[in-house]
Amino acid sequence: MTRDIVLKAEQVTRQVNSPDGLLTIVRDVSLEIRARESVAIVGPSGAGKSTLLALLAGLDSLSSGKIWLAGEELSALDEDGRARLRAAHVGFVFQSFHLVPALTALENVMLPLELRGERNARNRAAEMLARVGLAARAEHYPRQLSGGEQQRVAMARASVGQPSVLFADEPTGNLDSKTGERIIELFFELNAAAQTTLVLVTHDRELAGRCGRVLTMDGGALV
Amino acid sequence: MRMLSMALRSLRREWRSGELAVLWVSLAVAVAALTGVGFLVDRIGRAVQAQASEILAADARIESAERLAPELQQHAQSLQLQTASVTTMLTVVFNGDTSHLADIRAVTGGYPLRGTLKSADQPFEPGALTHATPSAGECWPDSRLAAALGARVGGTLMVGALPLRVGRILISRPDQGSAFVEFAPALLFNDVDLAATQLVQPASRMEYALLIAGDAKALRTYRDWFQPRARPGERFANVADASPQIGDASRRAGQFLSLAGLVAVLLCAVAVAMTARSYVARHLDVVALMKTLGASRRFVLGVHLLQLLVLAVVAAVIGALAGWLTQAWLLQALAGLLRTDLPPAGWVPVFIGFVVAVAMLAGFALPSLLQLTRVPALRVLRRDAGPPPPQLWLSLAPAALAGLGVIYETLGQLQLSLWFAAGFAAAIGVLALCGLLLVRLTGRVRRNTSVALRHGLANLSRRRAGSVAQIVAFGLGVMLLLVLTILRRDLLHDWRTSLPAGAPNYFFVNIPTEQREDFETALRAAGARPERLLPMVRGRLLTINGVAIEKVPARGRMAEREQNLTWSADLGDDNLITAGHWWRPEDAGKPLVSLASEFQESLGLKLGDRLDFDVAGEHFDVTVASFRKVKWDSFRPNFFIMFPPGLLDGAAGSYMTSAAYEPRSPGALTELVRRFPSVSIFNIGDLLAQVRSVIDKAVTAVQSVFAFTLLAGLTVLLAAVQASRDERRYETAIMRVLGAARGLLARSALAEFAALGLLAGLLAASGAALGGWLLARQLDLHYRPDAMLWVAGVLGTIGVVAFSGWLATRPALNQPPRTMLY
Repeated sequence: MTRDIVLKAEQVTRQVNSPDGLLTIVRDVSLEIRARESVAIVGPSGAGKSTLLALLAGLDSLSSGKIWLAGEELSALDEDGRARLRAAHVGFVFQSFHLVPALTALENVMLPLELRGERNARNRAAEMLARVGLAARAEHYPRQLSGGEQQRVAMARASVGQPSVLFADEPTGNLDSKTGERIIELFFELNAAAQTTLVLVTHDRELAGRCGRVLTMDGGALV
Repeated sequence: MRMLSMALRSLRREWRSGELAVLWVSLAVAVAALTGVGFLVDRIGRAVQAQASEILAADARIESAERLAPELQQHAQSLQLQTASVTTMLTVVFNGDTSHLADIRAVTGGYPLRGTLKSADQPFEPGALTHATPSAGECWPDSRLAAALGARVGGTLMVGALPLRVGRILISRPDQGSAFVEFAPALLFNDVDLAATQLVQPASRMEYALLIAGDAKALRTYRDWFQPRARPGERFANVADASPQIGDASRRAGQFLSLAGLVAVLLCAVAVAMTARSYVARHLDVVALMKTLGASRRFVLGVHLLQLLVLAVVAAVIGALAGWLTQAWLLQALAGLLRTDLPPAGWVPVFIGFVVAVAMLAGFALPSLLQLTRVPALRVLRRDAGPPPPQLWLSLAPAALAGLGVIYETLGQLQLSLWFAAGFAAAIGVLALCGLLLVRLTGRVRRNTSVALRHGLANLSRRRAGSVAQIVAFGLGVMLLLVLTILRRDLLHDWRTSLPAGAPNYFFVNIPTEQREDFETALRAAGARPERLLPMVRGRLLTINGVAIEKVPARGRMAEREQNLTWSADLGDDNLITAGHWWRPEDAGKPLVSLASEFQESLGLKLGDRLDFDVAGEHFDVTVASFRKVKWDSFRPNFFIMFPPGLLDGAAGSYMTSAAYEPRSPGALTELVRRFPSVSIFNIGDLLAQVRSVIDKAVTAVQSVFAFTLLAGLTVLLAAVQASRDERRYETAIMRVLGAARGLLARSALAEFAALGLLAGLLAASGAALGGWLLARQLDLHYRPDAMLWVAGVLGTIGVVAFSGWLATRPALNQPPRTMLY
């Protein structure tokens, strides 16, 4: 793997058991993503986009094939090993924000730093929260925030640890178009500033168009 | 039918998914607590009844100083009741030239109808149970009489004009009464010999008794038949008359145990309500879908009602079984305190268990389920469409009614039930308030903690209601257990150590005035350490401040009976003057009296009140000069009523004392009785040991029942974890996506529940310390603050709660991170 390649998949396949027998959701996918590259994965519903994202991020296990993330073979690690790798190199933004409801906005942003055992988490998280314009909402709980605010907290949380790779799954899917646009601006702005690699799953052609490369999936395979 | 099959099918599915486990476990624990106590109280009640019957040697007896009409016995027999008769009188019995006053008792076959005689070959031996009675021509003197007369088995005693062969030595009989009542030793002989003794003369003072035993209903019939026919002097006595204190005590003990059980039941009810709420929240979508597919509200309601009913039956059966086992185990723990041959428990508690399960479901789960049926079908399109908010009274009233119903059913008295409900609600309120404060405080401190701890503490303060419910439930359970531990370990221990090592174990009563010095010398020679000798005369209180005693409202029975009176110049260090003053030298011979605080309280007396006593026909009008607090457990001679010396000295009386005494052989006691035949000897060493073991065992019983409250606390924890299950899974998944290792999540869960345990433990330990202090004040014992109580209480609670919480949340910790995306 070249030094420049931050994420690499080789013949990745994911199968699940179904009442009709073995079902292949992702089939023989191979790809390489370089550092600081931004890649959008697009395709119709059921094409296997989210599953591929989950596999690339080490959230799910492979049926066959290999994945390297930040120079480590993800597919050779157990659950806790993958968690450690995620803590060190990965950031996430979800369609449904997925903030921890028991924690304040600030504490949510602190979480990735703390999981890495980094010092000064509170100050860095507060700084990040200020960058997404939510300094005043630091002590608010997720339920006290609007959808757009929640997604901004999620972005702050994803970016605060300066991950090598930022994965995003339909980041604007749960927002109205105007809020969505503003979020997208912020997203790319943060990304450019941190020079993070971006892997994005979306239905939104416009959003995909802002990425450096677009991969299209259908029937579980890249087309 | 469609409804039933639907209900059973979905019940089976949910059963398999574990969804309903907490609900039925909570119900079963509640039923077990209540039925366990119910069974026990039922059996204790029967045992007490049986023991009380033994005191009468029958279920009931008719007593008279006149010969009883034969029809009294005939009618009893016609009702299939067993009968026997006892004729007693005081007379002098001779062995050659030696004579002694004895309470001679002519008995018919079958005596005693309840309880058993014990007899032996030698006086003062332990003896063996026997179902025989003296045959014609035979007599059984008791140990004291045999010793006093020097009688041996096979010898002959003269009873009136009749020589009777000594068949056995009587060791004990069920109707021998309590310690100090009957002073004369007894002699048992056959009723057929009574006439030949020629003791039944027109002037002789006889006491005739007809003993009756059998079916309770027949007994009532008999009593109803007898009462209008009763002749003057004929008295019908049954168990309740014979031992009102025993009856009261057992009723109160039963009530207390029931209260202990109730606490568990009400905590379980909280768990039921919590589970029902989360069940409903989880089933909103399903019900909306069912409605979209055409299910009517009635159908939905019917299905859920049927499910509840099935659940109630299952919980009642399992709970009742557990209750029965608990009761059986408790009886083992109480062995010796109760007779082991108790009648089996009745079925009533099982029925009550079922009723309680239904009531709890109806009161605490049904309101939530009714909400479920009101979900609009629209919810399938708009997730935020829920049922209309419940009316407050509709969700609170059934719970309050069910709670009160269960309390009333258990206690049986409306006023007491209301008091208990109010007290319980107040206690819960205070605990909940403290819990809330603690949870808020915890929220504050989480700022500067590690990530695992922060996350755990954050969970605690976010699910505030659930956390407070758990803290209260565990706090209450542990607190009650700790209070009992204090009571048992510290206070009872205190009581035990307050007895001097050589506490008196024998009482000697009826020591003739002229023999008291000889007797004391003899006691010392025998190796005993006698306490002070106090004089003793019998007297009756006639008036208080000129008002006849019958007209004075009194608590207790102080005023009803003849009193033992004494006089002394010395107070003794086991008496403490609480008001007034003790005798000064110039008080000698003055008409004054000093009263024990129990006597004062019973009659509501104050210093300066005038009391008129009748002592052997002579009136003594005395003024109350002081009140004393008596340390009765010193087991030294003590009296409620004490006069100054020089006032009653002329009254014919005797002396009494107590002593620490280990007879070197049974013969030593015999020797003492022979030398001082009028002295009555009572061994209180056995009684003392029995009292200790009774208290110890009673506390064990209560503590075991309170263990149910701890179980109930666990059901509340399970319910809270169940209610937060989805949230926990969700959070686990997020945390894992962000790179949290499984160990960190486990530590976080541990931290959450350890903190919960810490808060509950703190609440419990402080409550228990307060309770122990109050109890010590109430019981007049010394309370020492104990660091171990805090350490054990807090650490124990942390351990139990952290372990159970970790165990309960473990499944949620395995939530894979990919669920965030799918």
